[in-house]
Amino acid sequence: MSAPERGGTTTYLEAIRQGLWEEMESDERVFMLGEDIGVYGGAFKVTDGFLDRFGEGRVIDTPISEAAIVGASVGAAMMGLRPVAEMQFIDFISCGFDQLTNVAAKNRYRWGQATPIVVRGPAGGGVHGGPFHSLQAESYFTHTAGLKVVCPATAYDAKGLIKAAIRDDDPVVFQEHKFLYRRVKEDLPAEEFVVPLGKARIHREGRDLTIVTWAAMVHTAAEAAEALAADGVAVEIVDLRTLVPLDEEAVLTSVAKTGRAIVLHEAPRTGGFGGEIAATIAEKAFEYLDAPIVRVTAPDTPVPYSPPLEEYYLPGKDDVQLAARKLLDY
Amino acid sequence: MSDSVTSVEAPEIVVPEGVRLEPERLLDLYWYMLLNRRLEERLVNLYRQGKVIGGVYRSLGQEAESVGTAYALEARDYVSPLIRNLGSILVKGAEPVDILKQYMAKGTGPSRGKDLNIHFGDLSKGFIGPVSMLGDMIPVMAGVALGNRMQGKDSVCLVYIGDGGFSTGASHEGWNFICAQRLPVILVAEDNCYAYSTPTDRQMGNRNMVDRAVGYGCAGVQVDGNDVLRCWHAASEAVSRARSGGGPTLIEVKTYRRKGHAEHDDQRYVPPGELDTWEAKDPVARYERWLLSEEIVDRSQLDQIENRVRAKLDAAVDEAEKAPMPEARTALDGVWSTPRWTAEHPNFHDFAAEIGS
Repeated sequence: MSAPERGGTTTYLEAIRQGLWEEMESDERVFMLGEDIGVYGGAFKVTDGFLDRFGEGRVIDTPISEAAIVGASVGAAMMGLRPVAEMQFIDFISCGFDQLTNVAAKNRYRWGQATPIVVRGPAGGGVHGGPFHSLQAESYFTHTAGLKVVCPATAYDAKGLIKAAIRDDDPVVFQEHKFLYRRVKEDLPAEEFVVPLGKARIHREGRDLTIVTWAAMVHTAAEAAEALAADGVAVEIVDLRTLVPLDEEAVLTSVAKTGRAIVLHEAPRTGGFGGEIAATIAEKAFEYLDAPIVRVTAPDTPVPYSPPLEEYYLPGKDDVQLAARKLLDY
Repeated sequence: MSDSVTSVEAPEIVVPEGVRLEPERLLDLYWYMLLNRRLEERLVNLYRQGKVIGGVYRSLGQEAESVGTAYALEARDYVSPLIRNLGSILVKGAEPVDILKQYMAKGTGPSRGKDLNIHFGDLSKGFIGPVSMLGDMIPVMAGVALGNRMQGKDSVCLVYIGDGGFSTGASHEGWNFICAQRLPVILVAEDNCYAYSTPTDRQMGNRNMVDRAVGYGCAGVQVDGNDVLRCWHAASEAVSRARSGGGPTLIEVKTYRRKGHAEHDDQRYVPPGELDTWEAKDPVARYERWLLSEEIVDRSQLDQIENRVRAKLDAAVDEAEKAPMPEARTALDGVWSTPRWTAEHPNFHDFAAEIGS
């Protein structure tokens, strides 16, 4: 596979590949390390062609050692480099958890040492990956001060945010939604662009109800909104894009306009980041609310494997519609 | 597999073949070992006066291996100590006054009161402090070495692990990656007979950690950790090997932790007589005897060094005691490069101001 061509219809996966490629081209401090990212081009082919272009000095196949991958990224970042570490599946970040949450996240606070690393990988369900290949891992990391957490929903954002993540001076967990890799595509500009961290996006405008969400659930929310529109209900969808930093203003502005809020996420409910959004709305926009804040999430179970089980587990269009109707009738 | 409990049998210093016996360097080694020991004694005094916040982690009996191995490094090299390797960062230029401020949680210490003891680094001096999770710094030093190699620098890294810490997964993952990449890193594996209260033979089936070098595919050497010359020499050879592209070396040092895990530890798990046995092998006294018997120095010169150490520490303790504690609100600073809360905008506690905003 050769250098990615800019512009035209681009998949979410290709958009990430473009973003990585451009940053590797423009900044020699950027390098990548991970399992099977070189000759094989990564389990999902995100780094296909990188070894040929950039060489094994900058595209490093590692042992199956997530702690070493994240830890070595931290050390290289201290030496002035910009490592991009791939987790073959984001689920395996648990094996590098300590390096991320104790070493990378606390360096700046403890002794003023910047740790500009990106730990990226495929997250999320919908592909029947089972309990170890389907995780939305954001809550482990939103709860860790010092990390930033990015969860793009569109090809444009996937490209613009991976570039911003690499340029950021803090450690960033970048969750790529694997269900979206080849299903989501759009026309991207041929010119270079970067999407700043910490700025939410209004995916769809509406006046009756706000859905705050991120990653693949943006598309689930859009399907529900489309169905509700047929009944004259105008749903506004706030795509957070990054959970840390959180664009509180975008959330509060939307809720102040609509007076009703659903928080929608793919991860299990208890301790999920939706609780943080709901609490923020309750604390800061209570007087604008016409109804309770509702969370639509996965249940508190591991992600199950068999299609009927997984479909039941994942929040769907119908779940969102049902919640919306209850809120509108409140 | 051998089962020698320790190779620290020779009561006296053994001069390794090929070591350069320049008096200036030999006295440097003595200076740092003594500074290490006396600084810890000051810390214990301050601890007993209630001026140290938290524990004091002594390296009594291990000064030779920390100082000797780190002394093999050049200014452009990096070291990552464990809690008991105070001597190694003194060699790399850490100032006692900073160590004291750290232990006393002062606001002008290197971590501004955010973290304890030697949990800080100074890249300009080439040391990177540890986190409490043992073994974590091995993968980090893999990255430091990788980063230097990618930039065409010939810096060497040295990182310590204990007989306890070498049981962690991070240690293995880090060292295996270093060996797979042939990175210029030296791992000093310390058998100091205890990990907190757990004796070394409860940590591993083969007491000789040097044997692991075969499995990892790196050079390995076992040395008497209470002999500063042999530690220095072994590390010097490893540094030369690493710098010339010969890859990593695992140096096992056999030594003994003569104090408890920290000051509060009553060492009830130590068999009677063991401490006396090891006091007789004290690395500082042993080196002192050798310096005198070889007539490299006389007693009055050693006394002068002692006086210089005392004066330095007097000044450092004085300065550290006078240093202010941190401003409470600075607890909010320095988490991200783009701050959410800062001491100037401490809305963390100002809920009333936030509500309805």
